[in-house]
Amino acid sequence: MSIEIKTATLEPIRHTFEHTKRRFGDKPASRYQEASYDIAPEQNFHYRPFWQPDKELFDKSRTAVVMEDWNVHKDPRQYYYGTYVQARAKLQEITESNYAFFEKRGSAGRMSEAVRAKIIRCLVPLRHAELGANMNNMFAFSNGTATVVNQGFLYNAMDRLGIAQYLSRIGLLLDGNSTESLTLAKEYWMTDPAWQGLRRYIENVLCVKDWFEVFIAQDVVLDTLLYDLIYRQFDDAITEQGGSDLAMLIEFMQEWHKDSSRWVDATLKTTVEESDHNRTTIKRWVDDWREKAVADLAPLADIAVGDTAMAASLDVLNQRLAKVGL
Amino acid sequence: MSNRKINMKEKYRLLTRDLDWEYSYRDYKEVFPQQEFEGIKITDWSKWEDPFRLTMDAYWKYQAEKEKKLYAILDAFSQNNSQLNVTDARYVNAIKLFLTGISPGEHQAAMGFGQVGRQLGGVGARVACQMQAIDELRHVQTQIHAMSHYNKFFDGFQDFSHMHDRVWYLSVSKSFFDDARTAGPFEYMVAIGFSFEYVLTNLLFVPFMSGAAYNGDMATVTFGFSAQSDEARHMTLGLEIIKFLLEQHPDNLPIVQRWINKWFWRGTRMLSLVAMMMDYMLPNKVMSWQEAWEVYFEEAGGSLFKDLARYGIEMPDYAQTAIAEKEHISHQVWSMFYNYGHATAFHTWMPTEKEMDWLSEKYPNTFDKYYRPRFEKWREMEAAGERFYNPTLPMLCQTCQIPMGFTDMEDPTSIFYRQSEYDGERYNFCSDGCKDIFDHEPEKYVQAWLPVHQIYQGNCGGPSMEDVLGNYYKINLGVDNMDFHGSPDEERWNIWHNLQPAEDKLKQAS
Repeated sequence: MSIEIKTATLEPIRHTFEHTKRRFGDKPASRYQEASYDIAPEQNFHYRPFWQPDKELFDKSRTAVVMEDWNVHKDPRQYYYGTYVQARAKLQEITESNYAFFEKRGSAGRMSEAVRAKIIRCLVPLRHAELGANMNNMFAFSNGTATVVNQGFLYNAMDRLGIAQYLSRIGLLLDGNSTESLTLAKEYWMTDPAWQGLRRYIENVLCVKDWFEVFIAQDVVLDTLLYDLIYRQFDDAITEQGGSDLAMLIEFMQEWHKDSSRWVDATLKTTVEESDHNRTTIKRWVDDWREKAVADLAPLADIAVGDTAMAASLDVLNQRLAKVGL
Repeated sequence: MSNRKINMKEKYRLLTRDLDWEYSYRDYKEVFPQQEFEGIKITDWSKWEDPFRLTMDAYWKYQAEKEKKLYAILDAFSQNNSQLNVTDARYVNAIKLFLTGISPGEHQAAMGFGQVGRQLGGVGARVACQMQAIDELRHVQTQIHAMSHYNKFFDGFQDFSHMHDRVWYLSVSKSFFDDARTAGPFEYMVAIGFSFEYVLTNLLFVPFMSGAAYNGDMATVTFGFSAQSDEARHMTLGLEIIKFLLEQHPDNLPIVQRWINKWFWRGTRMLSLVAMMMDYMLPNKVMSWQEAWEVYFEEAGGSLFKDLARYGIEMPDYAQTAIAEKEHISHQVWSMFYNYGHATAFHTWMPTEKEMDWLSEKYPNTFDKYYRPRFEKWREMEAAGERFYNPTLPMLCQTCQIPMGFTDMEDPTSIFYRQSEYDGERYNFCSDGCKDIFDHEPEKYVQAWLPVHQIYQGNCGGPSMEDVLGNYYKINLGVDNMDFHGSPDEERWNIWHNLQPAEDKLKQAS
């Protein structure tokens, strides 16, 4: 039996905002819907940007892909700010206790010198790549037109900063806060031939002007390859070499990538399915960046895992692309 | 392995600054193409002082706690129909103005900080701006959620996003943010980060949030408390950008001073809408606009500019004009909106006798002399069934886009008026401040989407007022607009509280 509390009921005069009603019908809307759809300005802009006088603010032509309505997108996670920070807060709580446990157990000291050195060479330099990912997603955020699409990029950008910070903390855990690992990792990033391909790739993406192409190059192509290579294959390789405790330190990245992939796939799928034009355009970007990424990442794959690793990650990428018909 | 201790500052440096690297495959200028065109000289980004040291893990944790609390209260608010607890239904019009005029500005700020959070060449500055970008997104979204329940019981909230792109008075705030976002990254930072978020923020935040607290609006005041610590971070960023620019190179000083002049005036003009809200739309008054201005601009702003004097920064141009206007501005703007109350998506009204007495007391030099007689006449007209509405379209200032209704402070009975000529056309301004802004960048301000011009050019749905207001703006005519007395808002409120309609009271009184 349930207890029923009597409350005064007042009949509302409407269920939601008009723009939400026009899109989803005359019924109560979710917080995700009210805070995400149709809230960005669309017309009657006052001035053209000094930094790009041929375009307006929120100009749809900042990408070559065309959507009749960018607001048809949906984040399957239904993240608006509140749900986003709460999801990340949960993940960070787990991470925090993992890191504390790792430190308390003295796990760094239990790893062999070789394993530690390998993590510093093959994982820690990614903190720089993640800063690049942060900037690339920030670029997409600030150049898109619809909030429901843009906010996903902003969350992704902040996530990447967070991951760069966790990677730095991994370095500090391994070197006992001497910061030597970070210095060394930066040297690898700047000069080690194994890393130069990836660094070149990131620097190239930082110069791309089309924000959806940036999304393809960074979040679709590179991240799929890199996260498979490092957070699956490298993790396995290190475990085999007696470094299984690393898993505790990279759980955040693994969970994050699963979470983020749902959004990446949905964004990609909706855009590809809009038109043949979009499919062709995106296919061209994918082909282009995939070729570069495979060539640029191969040296890292070789030293991190072995000579079959790149092909295995490429399979993962191709399967993912096949799901959206690319 | 025993761990060395790292202090917070060093740790934060390792977790942000040290992530950056010197590009060698591409040129720095290719990655940051917007950094030089404004003439600002940056010699060393490493001199940037981080205004706050918040890593993402801590950010997620603190912000999630704040969000949890905020939404628990918003849920309780709607469950208990707490909209019934506001002082009276007139109050709700203040937050209609907020949702339609201010919240879309938060969205613009999110986009703007995102833009500079990518385009600034120093990683420390970028990260600080990115955090403000996501905070600003928080603000627009939590404001929509806080107002969502009001939208279900009052008119005028329902099409805030559509209206923001079109309605005449909302172009005041839209053009303000468009102006900042279309400028370069450093001007944006001085405009929004410093002038708005630091110098003038209290004059926006305090009137609305304290107004909510004084008028029983738990949803809005809870949002306000929840946003306070975000705002504190934004203020430290705003101050750092100014110090950083001025310490980088002496050539930056005149550029920064000009931006401060411009954005102080632009902000002051926009805040005149807040002034009228504070003096006229809050049934329970917090303080007068004049008092707020004295505390938050003359005192706080005064000591800020004293502080900045060591960098060579002076009090903004026209600060004296703004100070002289503090005794007039709210009355003049409320008059404009009362005049055009048929063309607004919120209700207007004449103050009660008691409220007029409060205004007389707070504005001893001006209210009885210039405004009370006019207001009493309008009240008489209303009582006689001839509520005054101005049928003509106003002329708008080309820069701030407010109707040309501000008076000359030397002679408060005559309208202030300036003109400039550019490319064979004449342009009108409400003030010297607005004219100066135009004259410095006429090629920018001639582009303004001026709502009244657009109506005359037939770009707003058609020639009749019904076409413009009803079809194009999507104001529900006779429902969202016109006087509060006789509105459906008032009628419902009276039914909820078993009150006698004000119209009947007026009849009895006369």
